[in-house]
Amino acid sequence: MSAPVLEVANLSVAIRGDGDRPHAVRGISLSVGANEIVCVVGESGSGKSVTAQAVMGLLPKNAMSVETGSIRLEGEELTTKSDADLRAIRGTRMAMVFQEPMTALNPVERVGDQIGEVLEVHTDLDPRERRKRVLDMMRAVHLPDPEQMIDAYPHQLSGGQRQRIMIAAALVLDPALLIADEPTTALDVTTQAQILKLVREMQARKKTGVLFITHDFGVVSEIADRVVVMQLGRIVEQGAAEDVLRNPREEYTKMLLASVPSMTPPKRVPVSGPVVLQTEKLFKTYGKRSLFQPKARIVNAVKDVSLEVRRGETLGIVGESGSGKSTVARCIARLVDPTSGAVRIDNIDTAAMKEAQFRPMRRRMQFIFQDPYRSLNPRRTVGEAIIEGPMNFGLSRNEALQRARDLMAVVHLSPDAVDRYPHQFSGGQRQRICIARALAMEPELLIGDEPVSALDVSVQAQVLKLLDEVRRRFNLAVLFITHDLRVAAQVCDRIAVMQRGVIVEQGTTADVFAAPKHEYTKALFEAAPGRHREFFAGA
Amino acid sequence: MADLSLDTPIAAAPVKPAAAIRKLLLNPAVLFGGAVITVVVLTGLLAPWLGTIDPTAINPIARNKVPGAEFFMRTDTGERIKMIALFGTDGLGRDVYSRVVYGARVSLFVGVSVALISVACGLLIGVLAGFFRLLDAVIMRIMDGLMAIPAILLAIAMVSLFRSSVWTVIIAITVPQVPGVVRLVRSIVLSVREEPYVEAAVTLGTSTPKLLWRHVLPNTIAPMIVQGTFICASAILIEAILSFLGIGVPPEVPTWGNIMAEGRQVFSLFPHNIIYPGVFLAMTILAVNILGDGLRDTLDPKMAKRV
Repeated sequence: MSAPVLEVANLSVAIRGDGDRPHAVRGISLSVGANEIVCVVGESGSGKSVTAQAVMGLLPKNAMSVETGSIRLEGEELTTKSDADLRAIRGTRMAMVFQEPMTALNPVERVGDQIGEVLEVHTDLDPRERRKRVLDMMRAVHLPDPEQMIDAYPHQLSGGQRQRIMIAAALVLDPALLIADEPTTALDVTTQAQILKLVREMQARKKTGVLFITHDFGVVSEIADRVVVMQLGRIVEQGAAEDVLRNPREEYTKMLLASVPSMTPPKRVPVSGPVVLQTEKLFKTYGKRSLFQPKARIVNAVKDVSLEVRRGETLGIVGESGSGKSTVARCIARLVDPTSGAVRIDNIDTAAMKEAQFRPMRRRMQFIFQDPYRSLNPRRTVGEAIIEGPMNFGLSRNEALQRARDLMAVVHLSPDAVDRYPHQFSGGQRQRICIARALAMEPELLIGDEPVSALDVSVQAQVLKLLDEVRRRFNLAVLFITHDLRVAAQVCDRIAVMQRGVIVEQGTTADVFAAPKHEYTKALFEAAPGRHREFFAGA
Repeated sequence: MADLSLDTPIAAAPVKPAAAIRKLLLNPAVLFGGAVITVVVLTGLLAPWLGTIDPTAINPIARNKVPGAEFFMRTDTGERIKMIALFGTDGLGRDVYSRVVYGARVSLFVGVSVALISVACGLLIGVLAGFFRLLDAVIMRIMDGLMAIPAILLAIAMVSLFRSSVWTVIIAITVPQVPGVVRLVRSIVLSVREEPYVEAAVTLGTSTPKLLWRHVLPNTIAPMIVQGTFICASAILIEAILSFLGIGVPPEVPTWGNIMAEGRQVFSLFPHNIIYPGVFLAMTILAVNILGDGLRDTLDPKMAKRV
C-alpha cells in the first residue's frame, strides 16, 4: 500500500469551558489510504464529527482546539498551518460533504455557481471554462439535464439531487481526501442507496481517499473498506470492514452490532382481539381552490387510507418522507383534521367530531413523538408532564403523582426522578418519560410517530423492548410509524406500506418481508442498506 | 446499556433561577444600566429630601439666575431665606434643580406605565392572534392600522379632545407601541405552537387556556422583559418631545420636556434651562437602552444574534 492520504496520530481535541468531559476526542489514531473508504462509526457524542472537523480545520474556534497529536494530509502536517494555508488546502486537496443538503447549499445562489465558486477561488479559469468544468462535474455525478439544472436554485432540486450537487462541488478539483459527515442520514432510503453508489463510483474514479462518518451499520456494510468504531471520544476498535462486522473483538462493538435490528421478522401469532382503531377511506387534502385562488395547488397528503388495529396488535406504517404516514397518525390523534372518511375508535366515528366532543376520546389514544428533546416542556418537571393528562381528566394531584411514580418504575426510571427537569435526562430516558406520560392516560391505542428514529442504535433497542413490554402488559393496540424497515420487521405484527398518500401494500410482517408484491415495496427492500447482512455479536 | 438501569447517573443540576440572576449581575451592561437607573429612580422618589423647594413656586425677583447664583425666597411662614440655585432658575424664577429632580418622577412614571400597558395589551392580543388562526388576519390588519398612527398626531388629537394630563400622554404613546409587541408575541406563539410538547399537551386533553398559560406564555417572558425596557426608553423620550412641543403633560407639572420648553426662548442667554434636564434625559435613556441590551444578551441569546 502506498503512503496514506490522511494520517491522524494521537489526536486530542480539548473542549473549553465546562462540558460533560474535557476532551471531545482523546488520543485517536487512524489513517485513510488512497482509493479507500474508511467508515468512522459511533453513537452521538462519540466524537466522530469532531474528528472530521479537526481534519478540515473547522473546529468551532471558541469551544474546541487541537491539544496534542498530528494530522497529516499526504504527509503534510495540518495542525500547525495558518488559517490562510488551510483555506487554500480545503477544496483543492481535501473536501467535505455535509449531512443536511438543505442547509449546506446557499438558497439564493444558483447551484452551478456554488460548484463554480470552488473553481473561482482556487483556480484562474475564466467563466466559460468554469462553466464547462461544472457541467462535466454535474454529468459525472449523474444529474439529469445538467444544461438546465446548472441555473437552478437549490429549492428546485430534490434532496438527493442537492446531495449530488454537494458531492460535485466537493470533488470538482479532485481532492485527495473526501470527508463525508453522515451524507445520507437526511435522505430517504432509496435516495440513500443511490448516493452511496455514487460515492463509491466517484471515489474509484480518481482513487480518492474517503473518510465516511455514519451511525448506521447498514451503510457501513454497504460502503466501508475499513471501519473505525468510536465511543466517547476514543477509538474502540478498527480494522477491515469484514473483520469488524463479522468478528468484532470489543464488547462495545458487539453490543452495537447486536442492537441493529434484524431484517428477518420473528414468528408472530396473529392477534384476534377486538378492533380498537379503524379508518375507512381517510383523506387529508391540503390547499383549497377558492374564489381568490382558482388555480391553488391541491395536495392529497392522505388518499383513501383504510386500516385497522386490534387490541394487543402492532400495525406498522412504513414509507419514505412525504408518503403521508405521519399525516395518517396525526389525523387519527386529531392533531390535524381529516378532510373526509371515517376514523373509528371502539366503533365511535370521531372524524367529524368537534374538538370539544373529541376531547373525552383523547384519553383512549396517546401519541409518542419523534424528537424526545422537544416533546417535553423544558420548563416543567417530568412529574408535572406525566400528571398533566390524568389531572385534565379529573384525577387528584396526589393520585396522579402516585401513578406517575409507578409508571416511572414501569419505564425503568427511578420514581424519585419525577422532580427533575427534562434536560437532566438523555434522549433515551426522555423517550421513556414520554412513554410514561402516554401510559398515565391508560390508553387503549398508542400511536408512535417515528418514536425511535432520533435515538442511537443501542438506546433504540432498549426503547423498542420497552414499547413491546408495555404493549403486552397493558394489552395495547399500537400504530407504529417508521421509515426503518429493520425496526418495522422487529416490532410489527402487520405492515402497511405507504407511497404518496396511498397504502400500496398491506399484510402480515412475515408475508410482506418474505414476498413483497408491489413494485414500490420491492424497491424499498432493495434499497435498505446492508439488507443481506445480519448483524450480531460474534460468538 | 447503562440507560436501562434505575441508577443511571442523571445529568447535573439544572440552571437554577439563582444562577440566572448571578449571570445577569455579572453582565457589565446590566450593571451599568441598572446602577444609573437606580440613581434616577431614587432621585425621583427622594425628591422632597434632596434639598429641593416647591418646583412650581414662582419667584418674580429671582428670574433667570445662572447656576450657582444666590437668591432669596419667602417661605410659607413669611421668612426670607437665602438659597443657592444649583442649576439656576427659569424665566418665572422657579428653581431648575428642583424641577429636574421632580421631573424624574413624571418621566419614569410615563416610561414604566407605557412599557407595562403595552406589554400587557401586546401579550393578550398577540397570543390570540398567534393561537387562533381565525382572529389572526383581523387582528393583524387592525395592528397595521394602529402602526400608521403617529404618536405626536394622536397626542395632539387627544389633548384637544380631552384635558391634557399624564394619562392622555401615556395612552397616546402606548397605542402606537402595542402593534410592535403584538407582532413579537405572535411570532413567538406561532413557532411555539408547532413544538411537539405543545402538541403533546393537546393529545393529553389540556384545555386551550391552560395550554396557553402553561406551555406557550412562559416562552414570552424573556423577550417581553427585553422589549419592555426598550419601550420604556422610547416612551420617556417621546414624553419629553410631546411636552417640549406643548402637547404633553400640562406646563405647570415639572417634566424634563416641559423644563426644556420653558427655556427654549432664552436658550442662547441661559442655556442651563435646557442643558440640565437634557443631560438627565440623555443619561436615563442611554442607561435604559444599555440595560435592555444587557438583558437581551443574557436572557435571550438567540435574539441577540439576530438583532
